Amino acid sequence: MPADMRARLGHVELPNPVLAAAGCAGAGREIAQFTDVARIGALITKSIMAEPRTGNPAPRLAETPSGLLNSVGLQGPGIDAFLQRDLPWLLSRGARVVVSIGGQTVREYAGLAARLSDTAGVTAIEVNLSCPNAEDAGREFALDPQTAAGVVAAVRGGARYDIPVFAKLSPDVTDIVAVAGACVAAGADGLSLVNALLGMAIDTVTMRPALAGTYGALSGPAIRPVAVRCVWQVREAFPDLPIIGTGGICTGADALELLLAGATVVGVGTAIVHDPSACARVLRELEEELAAIGVDRVADVTGQAHRGHGVNGGVPPGRLHRGLPRPA
Amino acid sequence: MAPVQVRGTVLTVRRVDAYHALTLVAPAIATRFRPGQFVTIAVGGPQTSMLGRRAFAVHDVRPDHGGTVEFVFEAGGPGTQWLAGLRARDPLDVVGPLGRPFPVPRDVTSCLLLGVGYASAPLFSLAARLRDRGCPVDFLLGAASADRMFGALTARRTGRSATFATSDGSFGVRGAVTGMLEQVITQARTEVIYACAPVPVLREVVLFASRYEVPVQASVDVPMACGTGVCMGCVLPVTGTDGITRIVRACVDGPVFRGDLVRWDDMGTIPFDAVGAPGWKRASTESRHAG
Repeated sequence: MPADMRARLGHVELPNPVLAAAGCAGAGREIAQFTDVARIGALITKSIMAEPRTGNPAPRLAETPSGLLNSVGLQGPGIDAFLQRDLPWLLSRGARVVVSIGGQTVREYAGLAARLSDTAGVTAIEVNLSCPNAEDAGREFALDPQTAAGVVAAVRGGARYDIPVFAKLSPDVTDIVAVAGACVAAGADGLSLVNALLGMAIDTVTMRPALAGTYGALSGPAIRPVAVRCVWQVREAFPDLPIIGTGGICTGADALELLLAGATVVGVGTAIVHDPSACARVLRELEEELAAIGVDRVADVTGQAHRGHGVNGGVPPGRLHRGLPRPA
Repeated sequence: MAPVQVRGTVLTVRRVDAYHALTLVAPAIATRFRPGQFVTIAVGGPQTSMLGRRAFAVHDVRPDHGGTVEFVFEAGGPGTQWLAGLRARDPLDVVGPLGRPFPVPRDVTSCLLLGVGYASAPLFSLAARLRDRGCPVDFLLGAASADRMFGALTARRTGRSATFATSDGSFGVRGAVTGMLEQVITQARTEVIYACAPVPVLREVVLFASRYEVPVQASVDVPMACGTGVCMGCVLPVTGTDGITRIVRACVDGPVFRGDLVRWDDMGTIPFDAVGAPGWKRASTESRHAG
């Protein structure tokens, strides 16, 4: 019998735990030609900002071993065009929409949260904290626990009470648990772990940085171990916290790994660049993985790798053994 | 028609002078294809470390084997070298047809098809389509050297005229295609130019053609990573018919653009007047307040 794939995003129930990660599924139209957006657990939009934004000049992308380096620079249509054009289209296709928001000031974030709260059909808000803070010389909000918490508190305050707010954290910090703790204390209903890492590539022919923006966000399988580590650490500290696990998921086994580390749902990101139907494929493969290890409910695998590590005390050790018969 | 993602099968990989031509069986793409569109390929096999798809303009589609698609490439990097090493019956993850095709004129129009190197590959299926509509087709092809001139025989065989230029003079006249443009346009009484070339050449062609008031449909060759519009990598500044400049994606809004609408001098930059450029909104807000 196929496993029960229902998953929870805070208090919201999703039909399955495989989401399209922010910035990798566009506004949904782009991938809808190849995959049914209603079949995806939820679609996290590209980060929406208050105003239209051109982003950075080209070249914006560089391929690195098992990774992609991008400095798109938050190009987007702005909240007005998103609410008029993109959100209604997604809802008409039956998609569940998590809106990623980005801002340059705390006020911008709060204003976006308020706008989204006036709109029907927003499943959750994801707060992209890896945006340059205009009030702090462009330093990312995500790099400091108090700054990150300030944004989260403003968004939680601006958003309707029944819309879950997830804070997306950067792995480029010394102590991700400290940032996670500050965001939870500020009212985050859950966390998205993790955003891309800051990286850089140099073109050895031109002897110049490969990207016009000099630095880029490194994503793809190259960063998956970092994502697994971050999810694991935060799960250790906050065993009941809903987590969207994101970072280099390309297969069902990759998704299972993040779930085992403590994610309640997963986001498929850069894999969509490589394979426009990646979300549907990862979901199918995850179902196969679960069947192979004899799990009835996907919700049961969350955090299972922690058993015997002092958390999840109630879980019987050895419940999940790949390749061994299920306990009777 | 909407693009599809299919598992194509390699039919042949053959060497064409300095390039390779790969033909694959992909009926769903072949039947949907219109000249100017492209396909993207996942390279490196299932455990690949190369995450970007490789985009290739379609050279030709044929009805044999249910429908085949051919594209031409230069085995310059690890991805294209992997492609060059494929054998018949190897499977390939292919998405297509993608992008905006060449618009074709409604009436009989004298068309000049201009290409440089293997970028000229998509011009030949376009030529066939134009000829079907009764349009006279002239070719102007350029390359660095004779072995990098793609499609010269087909151009000679199928074009009303065919002019060639190479940098080293090893084939046709010595020099750049742009040097021959005036002569060709005048002789052929060109009414529209279809151009597939590197950006600096396209820029020159558009500039030159504007003096003769000849419209150019330019297929822009910029690096792409997804081909579907999600990665936002292949952007360029283009002015809309409404006069407003936007940063658009070559993969979904192109790759074929009206030459006069592309901001050629601003390629690789964010023009200050583009929608959403730093300061753009502030200016419009001020004018609204002033009004």
